Parts: sequence; C-alpha cells; structure tokens
Amino acid sequence: MAQILSPLPGTFYRASSPDKPPYKADGDAVAVGDVIGLIEVMKSFHEVRSDVAGANVRFVADNEEPVMAGALLAELD
Amino acid sequence: MLKKLLVANRGEIAVRIIRAARDLGIATVAVHSDADATALHVQIADEAVNIGPPAAKKSYLNTEAILKAAEATGADSIHPGYGFLAENAAFSDAVAAKGLTFVGPSGDAIRMMGDKVTARSAAAAAGVPVVPGSAGRVDGIEAARQILIDTGFPVMIKAAAGGGGRGIRIANSLAEFEQAFPQAEAEALAAFGDGGLYMEKVIARARHIEVQVLGDGRDAVHCFERECSLQRRRQKVWEEAPSRALSDRVREELCASAVALARAVGYSGAGTVEYLYDDAADRFYFIEMNTRIQVEHPVTEAITGIDLVAEMLRIAGGEPLRFRQSDLRVKGHAIEVRLNAEDPARDFAPFPGTVGDLRIPGGPGVRFDSMLYPGYQVPPFYDSLLAKLIVHAETREAAITRLVRALDELDIGGMKTTKPLFLALARDADVQAGAVHTRWLEGWLETHSGALAPDPQP
Repeated sequence: MAQILSPLPGTFYRASSPDKPPYKADGDAVAVGDVIGLIEVMKSFHEVRSDVAGANVRFVADNEEPVMAGALLAELD
Repeated sequence: MLKKLLVANRGEIAVRIIRAARDLGIATVAVHSDADATALHVQIADEAVNIGPPAAKKSYLNTEAILKAAEATGADSIHPGYGFLAENAAFSDAVAAKGLTFVGPSGDAIRMMGDKVTARSAAAAAGVPVVPGSAGRVDGIEAARQILIDTGFPVMIKAAAGGGGRGIRIANSLAEFEQAFPQAEAEALAAFGDGGLYMEKVIARARHIEVQVLGDGRDAVHCFERECSLQRRRQKVWEEAPSRALSDRVREELCASAVALARAVGYSGAGTVEYLYDDAADRFYFIEMNTRIQVEHPVTEAITGIDLVAEMLRIAGGEPLRFRQSDLRVKGHAIEVRLNAEDPARDFAPFPGTVGDLRIPGGPGVRFDSMLYPGYQVPPFYDSLLAKLIVHAETREAAITRLVRALDELDIGGMKTTKPLFLALARDADVQAGAVHTRWLEGWLETHSGALAPDPQP
C-alpha cells in the first residue's frame, strides 16, 4: 500500500474550484506526477502531485480540511 | 464613548486595534479561530471568544458567530479591521440591526464605494477626476467610438461581468479596436453570460497615490497622501508618506478632491481615496475609495502625529472630528515595509513556520506593528503578513538610512521573510531617487532575483 502525504501545511482541496469535479474520484488509478489535489497556503494554491503510482485511491483527508505538512492525504493499492 | 469593543479580525491589525481601544479605556473582546487560540491578539484582549474552525469562511467571515460573540460578551461595538468583513455592506448593516456600533461607514456608503460604477459616478459628481472612459456599460460599437474621443489609445475593453483581470482586452489603434470590440462582446457573453462591456483609458505608467480622509458624517478632513507604487502582483510592499513625486499644487488639488468626495457622501470614519498619478502628464485619476483602515495607515500617523485607529473609535462613539484642516501639517517622511512570511529567493513562496528567537528593532523613529512572539506558530490559513516596520525621519533620505538600520537590527529567527527584498530595494538607485511606478518592481525582480538571497546568519 502506498501513501500520498501533504507536502505543505494548509487547506486541502480535491478540485481546482468548487464547481469543478475532483481531480481524482475514490477508486481511480493514480500515476506518478498526477495532480490529486491542491493545498492552499497563505492564500496561494499549490498542486499536490503524487510521487507514487497505484490503483484504487482512497482519500483520507476531506475536501477543505486543514492539514499539517506530512499529513496523510490518500492511500493507494 | 464606546465601552466594549469586539475586534472582528486577527493578526497585526487586531493587535493594533486592541492597543488603540485600551489606550482610550475601552474594554476589548478578541475573536479567534481554532488555529489562533494562542495568538497575540487573544493574549492582550480583556476577553476572547472562539468563533470556529481555521477556515476563514467558518470563523472570521462568519457573521452569525461574530454577532453571537458580541452578544455573549456584552460588546457595544465591532471594529472589522481590514480584509475579512471590513468592506462587507451586509455585515455593517447586520451589526447596526443588532443595535451595535459598526466602527466604519454605513452599509450604504460601503455599497456605493464597493460598486465600480456608482463609485465612479459619485467621484465624478464631486468633481474628482476619473480615468477617461465609459460612465458605465457601453451601448454598442457606435457609442464606443464616441468614447474613444476621450480615451485615445491604448484603450482597455473590460467585461462588465468579469473581474480579477479576466475578460480584459487592450486596443492600441482604431483598427485593433474595431476588431477587438465585437470579439470582446462575444467572449464576455460566452464566458459570463453577459456581453456588457466597459471602456477605460490605459494609463501606461503611473504612480499609486492615495489620500487618507477622516469624516464624522458632517465634515471631513484629509491627512495628506501616501505613495504605494512599489507593488508585486498588485500587492503593495513598500509605502511612503508623503509622496516625493507631487508638487505642492498637485498635492493640494489631490487632497482637496478626496475631501470633496468624502463630504459629498457624508463619510464617517477613516477612508482612503486611491488615485493613479501620471507624472509625465501631471494628471491624477480616481481609482476607488476604500472604506476601511488600511494596512499602510501608520506612515500617515508618523507624519501627522494622529492615531487614526483611535480617531475611528472616537468618531464611532459619537465624537465630532477633533481637527480642522488647518491644524494638520506634514512633519518629516515615513516609510513602511511589509514583512511577509515568504521566501523572496524562491519566487516569494509562502513560508508558514515557527518563530525562533526574535530581535525587534527600536530607537528613535522606529515602529514595529506585529503579532509575533518567540515560539509563535504562523498558521498557513491566512495571509502572509507578519509585521510592518515603519520608520520616520526628517527627510526621505534619512528615512531610507534608518530603514536599513532597523532592518539590520531585525531578526525573525526560523522564518523566511521579505526582509532581504527591502534591504536590496533600499540600496537601489531608482528607489533612492523615488523614480518608480506601479510596474517598476516586477521588472526589477526579473533582473535582481540574485540579490534576494537571505543574509548570512550571524
């Protein structure tokens, strides 16, 4: 099982804007370099790219959840 | 007089407002999110109320939670600071509807100045020069051609329903205009469902000059101007008062126009009328009026000796203005720089972290407005402003020398900040000569990023 951790502290978002679908739905496959969400830090937005590949992504962090650097965002098979 | 003030904000401005209130003998209530439970504004207020989770929309933007906190603590007034709910007309109305005093103008005044078209009309009606362009939406290409007589080229075509820089086109000639206008109309309709367009003359190179006003609803005075031309991504980073670029005659006209606008709308509280000043043409143009206290207010306080936040509280408490225009004089020159938790060596990447040792500059002519203390954890959820360093001296040259002295004394341990940017700017010949405009800093950054490595640690 692989994990995707937050590179930064801030607020986690699963979609690029509230009216857009999430970057990844639960169950999707993730390739290395895929954007899986955004972290908002001090009003600036940073893409979270996966550095691991896997199937069946399961998000542990909720949309708009405050996270610390190193927090578990999602797990992959 | 107000008896108990709730401060609906956080960070350095909440600290600033609590200090002013306590100086006047007004009891203070801080509000805070879960992320700010140990923040300085919470520590120094008489009381504190938790108003919700870290996300601003669930706490500092949560009108209901803030009004509940006011009720629970028996506050008679609310100061919104800047940002968050400061220019939210509905919030001002909601505070008043609860029988509380909003420290700032009425909801109607906020609404009028918050809408570009009504603000422009109010300014024009008060005789304030506005940027040549359409008075509102342009009614078709025939009417647009008439407006070109006033604007000349280049001209900006803006989608009425756009915003944040979206839906803007610039035409440099009539040929370009004839092509761009119908395209802009079609694009606006497709993107926003509204094909309405505005037009405005492009002021290619200008300074940002703004006038501080104070009104009590009956009369208004100005507290002279600030120049905030050094901006990055439309964010001011270095502000001064007075502006070196203005002649006495232009200063007088500019400041008088701001007072005329404040009087015309019966303005109450502290406000700022913002202008573009085109040096080459020696013309100034109204941009907007901000109906709140601004980040850079301390430079005005330095040169006038007025405590603007205290005056806001007195006015909100029902006192008339305590000055006539003839009482106000400019003394010396002041500069403020914004120390942000950003790494200038890495394209200003945000740097939320924990403050280690803290060495704060002092001595004559130095002021440091901040919420920092050793061990403070800077939360990632809000803006990056950590501190404002304000220096005041007899002349601009002496103020720049003092700025470097104070920056050298300052040490915010454990953090990356914009301090190296200001040391580099203070040593730049154009900055020293005041030869800058609103797009100067972005050009300078393209060629000077190497100068922004952090100082070697002592």
